[in-house]
Amino acid sequence: MTTASLARKRRRPRWGSYAVWFVLFCMAIVFLMPVYVMIANGLKDAQSVSLQRMWLPPSQLSGANGFVGAWERLSPNLMNSLSMVIPATVLSSLIGAINGYLFAKWRFRGSDIIFTLMLFGFFIPYQSILLPLVRTLQIIGLYGTLPGLVLVHVIYGIPITTLIFRNYFANVPTELLDAARVDGAGVITTFIRVMLPLSIPAFVVVGIFQFTNIWNDFLFGVTVVPNPARQPVTIALNNLSGTFSVEWNVVMAGAVVAALPTAILYILLGRFFIRGILAGSVKG
Amino acid sequence: MTTASTDSTPTVRTAPVETQRWRLSETMQTLLLLLPSIVALAVFVYVFISFTFWVSLSNWRTLRVDLSLREPLFATYGELFAMARWQADLRNTFVFTVFFIAFAVTLGLTLAVMLDRHLAGHHIFRNIFLFPYALSFVVTGVVWRWIFNPETGLNLLFDLLGVNYLLAQIGAGPLRPGWITDPTVVAQVNGILAAVLPGAESWQVRWGIPLAMIPVAIAATWQLSGFVMALYLGGMATISDEVREAARIDGASEFQIYHRVIIPMLRPVTISVVVILLHVSLKIFDLVYTMAGVGPGFATDVPAIFVFEQMFKATRYNLGSAAAIIMLVLVALVIVPYLASTLKEES
Repeated sequence: MTTASLARKRRRPRWGSYAVWFVLFCMAIVFLMPVYVMIANGLKDAQSVSLQRMWLPPSQLSGANGFVGAWERLSPNLMNSLSMVIPATVLSSLIGAINGYLFAKWRFRGSDIIFTLMLFGFFIPYQSILLPLVRTLQIIGLYGTLPGLVLVHVIYGIPITTLIFRNYFANVPTELLDAARVDGAGVITTFIRVMLPLSIPAFVVVGIFQFTNIWNDFLFGVTVVPNPARQPVTIALNNLSGTFSVEWNVVMAGAVVAALPTAILYILLGRFFIRGILAGSVKG
Repeated sequence: MTTASTDSTPTVRTAPVETQRWRLSETMQTLLLLLPSIVALAVFVYVFISFTFWVSLSNWRTLRVDLSLREPLFATYGELFAMARWQADLRNTFVFTVFFIAFAVTLGLTLAVMLDRHLAGHHIFRNIFLFPYALSFVVTGVVWRWIFNPETGLNLLFDLLGVNYLLAQIGAGPLRPGWITDPTVVAQVNGILAAVLPGAESWQVRWGIPLAMIPVAIAATWQLSGFVMALYLGGMATISDEVREAARIDGASEFQIYHRVIIPMLRPVTISVVVILLHVSLKIFDLVYTMAGVGPGFATDVPAIFVFEQMFKATRYNLGSAAAIIMLVLVALVIVPYLASTLKEES
């Protein structure tokens, strides 16, 4: 290769890099535009929010901005969401850890088929089980309650938490298990003594994945809990958005409030969030 | 438990009888531990689906439960497919799926290729593009509903940026699409379909592209193209630099390296991406429901909204169940081959 062609090769990516960087920068602005709309209009008060001024920042910050109204209306539902999401996330992660360990390390005849049949439950449109689900919850007395919603999220969360833990534990060397078995540890003891201490990163990944999924759910919340006072925040936000008497600065602020917990989680633990995406969508 | 150590290496079977006994007992433990999950999912997935299927064949169409089977057996399905609304739903899902997957894969892949160069600040860019994925579809729907409101949002931005001024200068009318409120269906193909498919002339719905569906596909792209990008970036990270270097030495340009080498190597990722997006789009509910609702003339109605309304508002349980079963079949057509191939690959 001549020096001239080497120089060209080095120069071309540089100019290209500036162009690419500029495109990325413009895309970032487009991606952030809805976030700006939410925050800027949420910060306006009832007098200064108007359709004609959607793209303008709030002229002054008054104590009567949309966030005050949104917090007033949505904070009970925010608490409902929290008291539902946390137990559901913890329970489904624990069950997924045990299942994933068993499917990865104690394979038996037909275990892969059972696992695949379980995994199918993650992909089904939940519309196809809603009617019997509601009837069942009514019979066992959990319909319309947050514990009922927790139960639903735990059960339908099992496939995906099992998948992520199974893929994680598959990479743990089997020699570690063998060593525990030499010491006389059984299936459960091995799990508690050997696997659990190794699985903290997997718990973080699954925990974030499930917290986000369950927090963002709409369908189960709206069908299992008809009472507005007990509904999770996503359903309350939708109700707020459809109420004509509510100014849309309150709706925009409400969208920020409803998005805040998962957004904070994402900003603080984005690395694990990405690992969750990769673990939850690409098999093997 | 001392004998258990011998069967950890299955090739060494000194005492076959005992080994088998221990294996069995450990398998029994495994099965017992798995049993609650297996039973729960067997009931909550498979028994429940069977129940819904039964309801779809039944006479249950009021609040009063009636599980007697309808005559003829699939009458409700016939009724469903004859409904103009359901036909519109199938059309909308098809149009949404095509636009959404085309947009999201193109954008996600483009972003991944650009970020793969590790320019200054690429972590920040990546986090910005992926951020919408952390949000609820409800939040996305609520915000984009205002951005695509014809009275404000993008149309106002066109005014502010001078787009409409420029259009007026060249003698064109202002750019003011109705977005999600537009009932227009363009590129209608009813005539062609009627000529090709027997029975198509009886379809009540205008087959074509409902314009109101495109803003919904754009909002969904905003939410999920970062996810596509993340999957592609994950795939690109596994391709070693030597592969690129080899292509570079062979004289390939940066574009050719991606076009000819890297993207073909990422075929498994592309398959995963398309399968996941396809099943998302077949099930799409919250986003459309909060952003556009059923739309003018069912221009943005989708099967998931149809099922929800038939079951929980109109109490037409058999009709809603039939529609739900069709949704399930569509999703299964995509997911079952995918899961089966993964299962085969692993074993």
